[in-house]
Amino acid sequence: MREVAVIGVGLTTFGEKWDSSFRQMCVEAGIKSLEDANVDGNQIDEMFVGNMSGGRFILQEHISALIADAVGLASTRHIPATRTEAACASGGLAFRQAYTSVASGMSDIVIAAGVEKMTDVDGGVTTDALAGAADREWEGIYGVTFPSLYAMIARDYMNRYGLTREQLAQVAVKNHYNGARNPIAQFRKEITIDTVLNSTLVADPIRLMDCSPVTDGAAAVILCPLERAKEFTDSPVKVLASTQATDTIALHDRRDISTLDATVAAGNRAFEMAKLERKDIDLVEVHDCFTIAELCAIEDLGFCEKGKAGIMTEEGETALGGRLPINPSGGLKACGHPVGATGIKQVCEVVEQLRGEATGRQVEGAEIGMTHNVGGTGATVVTNIFRRVN
Amino acid sequence: MSVPRFWRKQPQRYNLIGSKCETCGTYYYPPRTVCPQCRRDGKMVEHKFKGTGKVVTFSIIRTASAPYDYETPYPIAIIELEEGTRMTAPVVCDIEDMEIGMPVRATFRKIVADGDSGMIVYGTKFVPLK
Repeated sequence: MREVAVIGVGLTTFGEKWDSSFRQMCVEAGIKSLEDANVDGNQIDEMFVGNMSGGRFILQEHISALIADAVGLASTRHIPATRTEAACASGGLAFRQAYTSVASGMSDIVIAAGVEKMTDVDGGVTTDALAGAADREWEGIYGVTFPSLYAMIARDYMNRYGLTREQLAQVAVKNHYNGARNPIAQFRKEITIDTVLNSTLVADPIRLMDCSPVTDGAAAVILCPLERAKEFTDSPVKVLASTQATDTIALHDRRDISTLDATVAAGNRAFEMAKLERKDIDLVEVHDCFTIAELCAIEDLGFCEKGKAGIMTEEGETALGGRLPINPSGGLKACGHPVGATGIKQVCEVVEQLRGEATGRQVEGAEIGMTHNVGGTGATVVTNIFRRVN
Repeated sequence: MSVPRFWRKQPQRYNLIGSKCETCGTYYYPPRTVCPQCRRDGKMVEHKFKGTGKVVTFSIIRTASAPYDYETPYPIAIIELEEGTRMTAPVVCDIEDMEIGMPVRATFRKIVADGDSGMIVYGTKFVPLK
């Protein structure tokens, strides 16, 4: 296995992008990542595109060819282009496949992108498409929605560990504070605990302001062998670990409703692969599709004891300037959650943080960062660890 | 859901029939073809569940997707059946009565209809065990 570096990142703004198409967004992010890496398009050997549900949201499948074509790498150089899908972990999976391709020696310079266009259909279609990330035959058929699945996790968690409604709301408050400092975020606005507690109930005890929004957006990163990274950039970021784990697709089949065993497994594998301990990590981008998901992630990745993430959040340990900043980007909650793009966006944020370029939300002196991307209610998890290269 | 897709699952949904692995003694509902513990060493047989159980966790759905939205707010729960497996299903009761640990029993109900003239899906909901 070769060592691998990220040499370029590119992002569109996230939001309701009614004037941008799926293709336009992905091309925009891709070109920004090439410019950032000082790589010419003709040097790209392979492409991976994370996308959850183009077939439902824009009635388009065959996303890999669509994007390779749009950037001129299909009809000219005929590079291999592959779509990856694992619901909201589709982007994370694209990154891991790109990493594997470079590490194995199969390809040298690889682009991993993630894209989702969610606002071209009405809300009911979106809700139904997202429900397909769980077990359609044995959960979806009963009218289960995604917020209600996470609500069942939240209720189980609150009942067993005494988490308060205010502690849960604090996750959203923190992430909106961070998002207000991120130029690509969908919601660049600070909120208070009262904003969360007074927002509409979606699925008890989950309220509207506990949920990540419906979002359009794209993100892209360029990877190459570490030994070649300095040809392109003065600030490469080394990939120390890229791991993936799987659990049951239905929430009711889990060993423990409020522990995501796939997060535990992927996280343990990542720390083993990186030869690091939890205390070595300077910041983490976790999958906060709902506020409860962030608390589960902090615990399941091993950053605190089970049941203690609410207190950790309340005491500001996960805020910017705290002991372990979580979601300095604003997370899925404030940045937005274009499902297929999220996993790549998390990588972009960590890379910017490690380069010291996250103006306004920079974690001072950050050297090592981690990403955590979840598909469904925890059926797929991808985790990555990165280190700044001096 | 298409008619053939629903039709294949009809016996299990109508009668709460799952599976039991005779090798390790574990019950499964929804039914499985392969025991995740024993895999090819497992011997799966049909098992009709008694239909009693308790609420493990629940939510009240206030915003639903199209075919379900006329029913909001409605409770949805993960139920642990007496034999020891868990399933997701709606509970028919006042939303204020929902609580963790509540004993429930299965009942045969209409789940959803595909418009005014489309297929009607029937299956299992739960009611409080009086």
